[in-house]
Amino acid sequence: MRLLFNILKNIKTTKNKILKTMIHIKKVMTAGVMVMFALACNQNSNTSAGNKTVAADIVASGTMTAELTSPPFVPKPVGKRAATKLIVDMEVVEKEGELADGVRYVFWTFGGTVPGSFIRGRVGDEVEFTLKNHPDNKLPHNIDLHSVTGQGGGAEASFVAPGQQKTFKFKLINPGLYVYHCATAPVGMHIANGMYGLILVEPEGGLPPVDREYYVMQGDFYTKGKHGDQGLQPFDMQKAYDEQPDYVLFNGSKGALTGDNKLTAKTGETVRLFVGNGGPNLVSSFHVIGEIFDRVYMEGGSAVNKNVQTTLIPAGGSAIVEFKAEVPSNLILVDHSLFRTFNKGALGILTVEGEKNIRVFEGEVLEGIYNPEGATIHEVPVAGNGAGSAKALSHSEKMEMGKRIYNTSCFACHQASGEGIANAFPPLAKSDYLNENAERAIKTVLYGLSGEITVNGKKYNSQMPAQRLNDREIASVLTYIYSSWGNNKTEIAEEQVNKQRK
Amino acid sequence: MKQAIKILTVLMCCITQQTFAQVAETALVKGGTFVPQYGVSEEKSIRIADFVMDTAPVTHAQYLQFVQEYPQWKKSKVRRLFADGSYLKNWSGDSLPPKELLHAPVTHISWYAAKACCECMGKRLPTTNEWEYAAMASDKKRDARKDSLYNANIMAAYETRQTYLKNTGNGTPNYWGIYDLNELVWEWTSDFNAVMLSGENRDNNDKNLFCGAGSLNATDLMNYTAFLRYAFRNSIKANYNIASLGFRCVK
Repeated sequence: MRLLFNILKNIKTTKNKILKTMIHIKKVMTAGVMVMFALACNQNSNTSAGNKTVAADIVASGTMTAELTSPPFVPKPVGKRAATKLIVDMEVVEKEGELADGVRYVFWTFGGTVPGSFIRGRVGDEVEFTLKNHPDNKLPHNIDLHSVTGQGGGAEASFVAPGQQKTFKFKLINPGLYVYHCATAPVGMHIANGMYGLILVEPEGGLPPVDREYYVMQGDFYTKGKHGDQGLQPFDMQKAYDEQPDYVLFNGSKGALTGDNKLTAKTGETVRLFVGNGGPNLVSSFHVIGEIFDRVYMEGGSAVNKNVQTTLIPAGGSAIVEFKAEVPSNLILVDHSLFRTFNKGALGILTVEGEKNIRVFEGEVLEGIYNPEGATIHEVPVAGNGAGSAKALSHSEKMEMGKRIYNTSCFACHQASGEGIANAFPPLAKSDYLNENAERAIKTVLYGLSGEITVNGKKYNSQMPAQRLNDREIASVLTYIYSSWGNNKTEIAEEQVNKQRK
Repeated sequence: MKQAIKILTVLMCCITQQTFAQVAETALVKGGTFVPQYGVSEEKSIRIADFVMDTAPVTHAQYLQFVQEYPQWKKSKVRRLFADGSYLKNWSGDSLPPKELLHAPVTHISWYAAKACCECMGKRLPTTNEWEYAAMASDKKRDARKDSLYNANIMAAYETRQTYLKNTGNGTPNYWGIYDLNELVWEWTSDFNAVMLSGENRDNNDKNLFCGAGSLNATDLMNYTAFLRYAFRNSIKANYNIASLGFRCVK
C-alpha cells in the first residue's frame, strides 16, 4: 500500500514534467505524421493516416436508427450505403441472471445482455448516442467506446445517474471492431459485472459479404462461492484483485453457446465471428477446435493474417475471424488456456451440418493395437468369454462395475446422464433405439456402429468405435445403462454377450 | 430578482417555524480524526466534531408529515427548480405515499427537498465527511474499513436490488447505534458535489472518477464500496429525484 502511495505521489510530482515531454513528443510526432502524409499523398493516398483525415471529412447524409442486436447475433451489414447520421439508443439495466446452471448473478448490462447490444456502423457515420440509466438501477454508469476519438471515448459525456439519460455525439473515423465498456469507478467491477460489448465500424463499401456472422465475447467473472456453488453469488472483490476468476465465459453464461443455444452453419458456408474480450483481467487465446481461421483481422484492425490456429485477444480488444466450414462437425470455441475451458466454462459450440467431404476429412479409417515388438496389426487378446473367472456378478456388482466403465469409456460422447450431444452423439437416456433391441446394443458395443440411425425421432450419422471390453465388462456397462435414466431395466448376462462374438 | 426573493422565502420559511413535530430517534457520534477516500491531499487526516445523527433514514410516513406542514413541498406544488419531474414519483397524490412503504426510506427526493426537511426539524444534512465518518463503523469498531467482512457485507448490500422497499431499522446498529447507513438507500449529503470528480475516471486531471484516474487521488485503492458511493454522488445533481436515494439528518 505504502509503495502505491509513493508511486502515486511520484506520478503527481512528475506529472508536469511528463506533460511537457508529451507535448514535445506530440509536436515531433505531428511533424512526422505530416511528412508521412505528404509522402503518402504523393505516392498513394491509401494509408491509414490519409484515410483518417478523409474519413473525418465525409459528409453524413440522412438519418437512420441503428439496429441493435443481442448476442450471438449481429445487425445487417452496412453494404454500400452512404455515411449517415446514426441514432443509437442504449439502456443500462442492472438485472439478475444465470451465470451457470443454478448459479445466479447480478449483471450490469448494456441493453440487458452480456455482452451488450452489438452496434454496427460505417466510417463517416455521425453517431448520436443516447445512454439511458434505468430508474430501478442503483448505480451511475457511462460508456467508453474505443471507436471514439475524444475525451475518454465518451465516458465523461455519457456519465449518467439512475433514472437519467445523456446524449452525446461523435464521428466514426477509423474502421475496425471496437470494444465499448463502462468506465465508472471502480471500473474493474463494472466490467467484471458484464458492462462491455462491441461496435463494428465497417470501411466504405462494407466488409466482404459472408454466409454467416456471429457475435462472441469472452469475460471473466469473480464470485464469492467457488465455481458451481449454487444460488445468488455476489461479486468477490479480492478474487478480482488477485485476477483469479471462478468463471471464464463466452457471452456471459455457461450455456450461452451450447445446447439449444449453439451456433450453426452449413458445409461450404463462410463463417465470420466477431470476437471480443471484455476482460476485465484475462487475455484470451481464442481457438476453434476443428477449424483453421482462413483470415484473421488481427486485434480487430485492418491487418489480415491468414491460416491462423489461435489468435490472441487482449482484454479490451477484439478480432474478426473467418473460415469456410468444410466438413460436418461440432466445432468447439475455446480459450486455449485450457483450464478456463475445461473448468471455468469458456466453451461454445458451432455445429456444421451438411455433406461429408472425405477429401478434407475421412475420419477414423483403421484401428489396431500398437505392438512395439511385432509390426503386425491384430485383434486384441481380450478374455472373450470371461471363462476362468468366478461366478456371475450380481446386479449390484454389475451396476458398480458398469458405472465405472461408463464413466471412463462412454461418458465423453454420451455424456454424464446419457443425454448425448445433439446432432452428434445419440442419447442413451430414454432411448427407443436402445430399449427395443438388447442384442443390437451388445453388437454395437462389441463391433462399433457407423451410418445413419434414428434415435427418439432424430437422425444421427456418426461413428462409434468398437469397445475393447470383455464379456463381463460389457454385460455390466449395458446393465448399468439399461438400469439408468428411464430405460427399461434389461439385465444383460455375460453369456448373452459371448453369444454375439463371432 | 423577484424570482430570487421568492426562492429565498421558500427556503426561509422552514428556518423560522419549527413546529414540525417530527421526533426521530438520534444517536451521538463522537468526533475524531479520519482520512476520507477523497477530498484531502497528501493523506492528511481531517477532524470531525461531535454530532448527533438520525438512527435511520427519513421514512415516507415522516416525510408525509413534513409536506402536510409545509405544503410548498407537496408533490403538486414543488418548484421544478428544486425537484425534477420524478419528485415523489411513487406517491399517488400529495398526501398519498405508497401504503406498503410507510416505514421504508422516502426516496425520489431532491437535495433541496431533503435539505428543507432537515432544516424544518431544526437539523441539517450531514456533510459527506460526517456521513463517511459515521458509516465507516461496524457494529464493534469505529473504523472497520480494513475489515474484509465489513466491506463484503456493504458490497453485498449495494448489489442487492430494490432495497429501498425495505423498512428502516431492521438490521444491526453500528458502533454508534445507527442503522441502515449502507443497507437501504444512498443518502444525500450537504456537500455531495464538493469533491470535484468529473465523469472521466482515467485522465490525469485532478477531478476524475473513471477508469484509472479515480485511483489517483483516492486514499485507499481497495475501498471499492467508497468508490461506488463517491461515483454515485458525483453523478447526481441537486434537483434529481432517484428511486434509490434518500436522506437522514444530523444536528
